[in-house]
Amino acid sequence: MTRSPRRSGPALRARSGRPPWPLVLPALAGVAFLVLPLLGLVVRAPWADMGGRVTEPEVLAALWLSLSTATVATALCLVLGVPLAWLLARTEFPGRRLVRALVTVPLVIPPVVGGVALLLVLGRNGLLGRYLDAWFGITIPFTSAAVVLAQVFVAMPFLVISVEGALRGADRRYEEAAATLGAGRVTVFTRVTLPMVLPGIGAGAILCWARALGEFGATITFAGNFPGTTQTMPLAVYMAMQRDPEAAIVLSLVLLLVSLAVLATLRERWVNTA
Amino acid sequence: MSVLSADLRLNRGDFALDVSLSVAAGEVLALLGPNGAGKSSALRALAGLLPLTGGHVRVDGRDHTRTPVERRPIGMVFQDYLLFQHMSALDNVAFGPRCQGESKADARARAAELLDHMDLADHARSRPRGLSGGQAQRVALARALAVRPRLLLLDEPMAALDVSTRLHVRGRLRHLLEEFDGAAVLVTHDPLDAMVLADRIAVVEGGRVVQEGAPAEVARRPRTPYVARLVGLNLFRGTADGTVVALDGGTVVRVHRAHRGPALVAFPPRAVALYRSRPDGSPRNLWELEVDGVERFGDQVRVHLTGPLDLAADISPAALAELGLVRGDSVWAGVKAAEAECYPG
Repeated sequence: MTRSPRRSGPALRARSGRPPWPLVLPALAGVAFLVLPLLGLVVRAPWADMGGRVTEPEVLAALWLSLSTATVATALCLVLGVPLAWLLARTEFPGRRLVRALVTVPLVIPPVVGGVALLLVLGRNGLLGRYLDAWFGITIPFTSAAVVLAQVFVAMPFLVISVEGALRGADRRYEEAAATLGAGRVTVFTRVTLPMVLPGIGAGAILCWARALGEFGATITFAGNFPGTTQTMPLAVYMAMQRDPEAAIVLSLVLLLVSLAVLATLRERWVNTA
Repeated sequence: MSVLSADLRLNRGDFALDVSLSVAAGEVLALLGPNGAGKSSALRALAGLLPLTGGHVRVDGRDHTRTPVERRPIGMVFQDYLLFQHMSALDNVAFGPRCQGESKADARARAAELLDHMDLADHARSRPRGLSGGQAQRVALARALAVRPRLLLLDEPMAALDVSTRLHVRGRLRHLLEEFDGAAVLVTHDPLDAMVLADRIAVVEGGRVVQEGAPAEVARRPRTPYVARLVGLNLFRGTADGTVVALDGGTVVRVHRAHRGPALVAFPPRAVALYRSRPDGSPRNLWELEVDGVERFGDQVRVHLTGPLDLAADISPAALAELGLVRGDSVWAGVKAAEAECYPG
C-alpha cells in the first residue's frame, strides 16, 4: 500500500460530492447539543477566584475520594470481570446465556435501584450484610467501601462486555500454537491470550473507570453523602448546586478537566497502540 | 521401527476421515491432497487439537490417543506460523522450553542456539512483524523444535510465502528437515512442495489415502485423476491383456510392457503428437479426437482433446500455428507405445 498516488493526483480523484444535508444538519445539531453545555460551564465559571476555590479542602477531599474509589473499583472490576469475560467467551456451561444477560442488567436499571438492591443485600439487615455484621463486625453501607462497591456494580458490565468482545475477536489458533508448545490453560491465558486482548482490556478499563467516576445514584443510596468518606465529586456538585451554584460550576470543571486529562493519557497509551 | 504409527478415524456429519500413517525416524511424510480432503484434520488430530472418534496415535510405541495437546511429544509449524506478536523471536522460541519447566536462562540459551543454527542470530530481538516470510518460517520451525519433539507437524509450511522466495526457502527447509531425527508429517496441496520436502507421499482424497509411495513413484505412476493432474500426466484405467490395454470407454491403448488384468496407463502430454490428417508410418496408438480448448503452458501450448478418450497434448507455439487448431477442430493424436507407462490398477 503506497500513499503516493493519493498525494500526487488529488485532482484526478473522482469527486465524492458533498455530504447530503439530511445527514449533516442532525449531525451538527448533535455536536452542538453535546458541546454547548460544556461551553456553558467554561463561560459561567468564576475565573477570578478560581485558584482559591479549587484548592479548598472540601474540593480536594471530594476529588481525591472520587479518583481513588474509581481506581480501586476499576481494579476490582478487572480482577472479577476479566475471568468472567473469559468464561463467557471461551466456555460452554448451562445457563451461560442467562448469566450473560444478567451481567448486563446494571446497564439498564436506574443506578438508584442498584443502590437499593445493594442495601437490601449488604445493608445491616440485608441478606448477607447481617452475617457480615454478626460474624465479622463488618458494616459496609455508608463507608468508602460502599462507594467502591456501588461503582463496581454499575461499571463492571462495561468491562465485561468490552473484554468478552476482544476475546471473541482474538485468533484462537495462537492459543492452539501455545498448547502444542506445552502450555497449560493457565499459561496460555496469561502469556498468550491476555497480551492479545490487552487493548480490549484497556479500552474496557477506561470505560469502566469513567463510569465509576461519574457514578451518583447507587452511591448516594448505598453509601450516603458524608464529606470526606462517601461524598464523591458528583455528589459534591449536586450538593453545591443547592446552596452555591458557582461552587458547583467550579467542581464540575475540575471533574471534567481531570477525567479528560486521565482519559487522554490512557487513550494514548492503550487504544491508539492497538 | 516407526516413530509414529497412527490410525485416525473421524466422523463429523458428512465428512469422514479414515487414514493410517506410519513414519520412521528421520523420515518426512507429506500428506498431499486437494482442499477439504481431510489432510489438515489428520494433522490436527495427530496434534490432539481435534478429538478422534476412533483409532489411535502412537509415538515411539507409547499410546498418546488421549494425551492432552500440551503433553504430547510434538512440535507444530502452523500455516501462518502464528508467532506470538508480543514477543521477540527469541522469546517465541524460548516459550516451549519455559513451559516444559526449564529455567529462563536455559530456555533462552537453547532458543539462541537454535536461532543461531538457522542463521537468525541477528534477528533474535526482532518482533515477528519485522521478519520476512522465510525468516518467520524458520523461527516457527525453531520454536517447534525447541521442545525436542519426536513428531514434527507442518501445516502448509510454504503457503504463506510469495512465489519469488519459495524456491530458496523450500530448499532451505528441506535441509533443516533432513537434520531432524524424529518423524515429520507435512501437509500440502502443492505437489512440488511434497516432491522436494518429503521422503514419502501419501495422497489424501475424500478422507482416505488413495496412493502412497516415494515421490518419484507417485510422479511416474499416479493412481487417481487428481494425482495425474497434479503431476501433469494423462491417466487412463482399463484392463490389460499383454501389451494391449482395453480402456473402460472401449478404446484401446498399446503399451510396451505386458500386463494382465486391471491396469493404469499414463503418459505425459508432451508424448502426444498431433496431425491434421491421418499420418503415414503411424505410431502404435492413433486416435481421431476433437479440440476442446487451447491454453498457454510454460513455453508450450497445451491442447485439450476430447472424443473416445480425453487427453492433453503439449506442442510448441510454432506447431500450433502450423496446425491452425481451434476449438471444435478434428485432429489425429498419436502416442508411441514406448511412451505409455502401464502398471497394475
